[in-house]
Amino acid sequence: MFAVRIHGRGGQGVVTAAELLSLAAFTEGLEAQAFPSFGSERMGAPVVAFCRIDTEPIRLREPITEPDALVIQDPTLLHHVEVFGGLREDGCVLINSTRSIEQLGLSELTERHRPQRLASVPASELARTRLGRPIPNAALLGALAAQTGIVSLAALTSAINDRFTGATAQGNAAAATDGFLHIEEPAHA
Amino acid sequence: MRRQLEGSQAVAQTVARCRPQVVSAYPITPQTHIVEGISRLVRSGKLTGCEFVNVESEFAACSVAIGASAAGARTYTATASQGLLYMAEALFNASGLGLPIVMTVANRALGAPINIWNDHSDAMALRDCGWIQLYAADNQEAVDLHVQAYRIAEELSLPVMVCMDGFVLTHAFEPLEVPTQEQVDAFLPVFEPRQLLDPDEPMTIGAMVGPEAFTEVRYLAHAKHIHALDTITQTAEDFRERFGRASGGLLESHHTAEAETVVVALGSVLGTVVEVVDELREQGVSIGALAVKSYRPFPAQELSLALRAAKRVVVLERALAVGAGGIVSADVRNALWQHPIDVHTVIAGLGGRAITRKSLRTLLDSAAGGTLGELEFLDLRREIVERQLQPIEAGERPGPHAESILRELGAVRAEPV
Repeated sequence: MFAVRIHGRGGQGVVTAAELLSLAAFTEGLEAQAFPSFGSERMGAPVVAFCRIDTEPIRLREPITEPDALVIQDPTLLHHVEVFGGLREDGCVLINSTRSIEQLGLSELTERHRPQRLASVPASELARTRLGRPIPNAALLGALAAQTGIVSLAALTSAINDRFTGATAQGNAAAATDGFLHIEEPAHA
Repeated sequence: MRRQLEGSQAVAQTVARCRPQVVSAYPITPQTHIVEGISRLVRSGKLTGCEFVNVESEFAACSVAIGASAAGARTYTATASQGLLYMAEALFNASGLGLPIVMTVANRALGAPINIWNDHSDAMALRDCGWIQLYAADNQEAVDLHVQAYRIAEELSLPVMVCMDGFVLTHAFEPLEVPTQEQVDAFLPVFEPRQLLDPDEPMTIGAMVGPEAFTEVRYLAHAKHIHALDTITQTAEDFRERFGRASGGLLESHHTAEAETVVVALGSVLGTVVEVVDELREQGVSIGALAVKSYRPFPAQELSLALRAAKRVVVLERALAVGAGGIVSADVRNALWQHPIDVHTVIAGLGGRAITRKSLRTLLDSAAGGTLGELEFLDLRREIVERQLQPIEAGERPGPHAESILRELGAVRAEPV
């Protein structure tokens, strides 16, 4: 079982990110379950979504309290919400930011977790370039694919093309590739 | 073919394949994505021969369904929470008139205080309105139950509610199989109404029945529900033969045959319960789980048989009978009248509070250790209720608890669940 928790704000595509990740895993022949944290649906409110991925059918329906990976779509949540709660010691963290983990004031995290497990990705900027809108989820999922290997970039692209059409699909797929390369080949990104 | 789909969208596609002729719905919270999905299928021409009626309230939604069904149309609607309550009067009419309407209830809490999250308060408040109530454990079962529901409803001339947990199932994406049009057509015969309102041959339905026969009418309504136990079983068996998977039926046993402790539950919590039960069984604990799939009619004999080896039963309930305690556990106790064992009521998961493995483990440890009370509230925040109760015990007249608790917590924000 691999459990991902995604934090963001209403309007950033947090629920869609969990859905896309589950769809990518399904495309890989895995079992996957995605669900939102069921808050009031309003723009800007903190939102959490979850995705479980496994080789066996998933029966469990509790929220994910001990994630293997955390995706933080909005860095302004870092100091307001308990985003790191329950993160496993070998867990991964991805933060949507142009600043480094150290610049974000999260050096203490690097002491507890292996540094290569922590990364920031300028996902909103990548999305703005590729989509014309700062919706960071595809770029972050691309980065998550590179960081964890839980799904391939091809499966993620296939999920994006399944969910979206036309320019939106193309833009999101390009942003996902950018996010993937940002982690995979940081020198070229 | 398996697909990764949102529960609501999967149900929308399945209902469309049941070829409803009239779908009525009130498009406001607490409505579901299901009717949104169906309305799109109608508008895009993918679902033909179906009229989608946007009405002005849930009372009207059920009333339109009654009118359409009485005129011989296969009908569908969906609602939840306060919306279901607003239908209450019409619900009793639909069952009393013997109209085979199928409705999804995306189970949610009831206010006040306002709470949009999942529990079973809505369907439980209307458990005795004469409709059949089926509960889905996962989205595959929710999908399958809709196909079965039409067959059961039309065979018996009774309306059926398919209850699926709001958000937990309706908003969850998971792999499932949407039955194909060919499969549904083969399983579900064309609707042949038992009664038909026709302007050319006017007649009255739902005529007045006085004291001379009202008891008999109600008795026969009960007899019909008891008969429905066989229909529900038969439909589930036929479904399994044709579709190759088990869905629906009256009960589902998970290691209950020799278990000393059995957890009885309805709906989506079953998955988490079964996870914990399996963990405990590996540690040598004699425990099983029993899912109630058909709550109305209540399969009392079957339940008593399934629990024959049990020494204690823990009924996990997502609703509360204020002033009394458990709702499902009262039915369970009645069913066990010849086999009196300890029945513990555990109220859990109200208003969207997550039911976690950790809490279930603690609960079941205390059940096995003999320290579980007759009525318990899972994860109750005792410090909060005690601070609320203290002034009352000191003689103060209580104000509204909801506001008082929010003030105490210093937050009007709900915690992520």
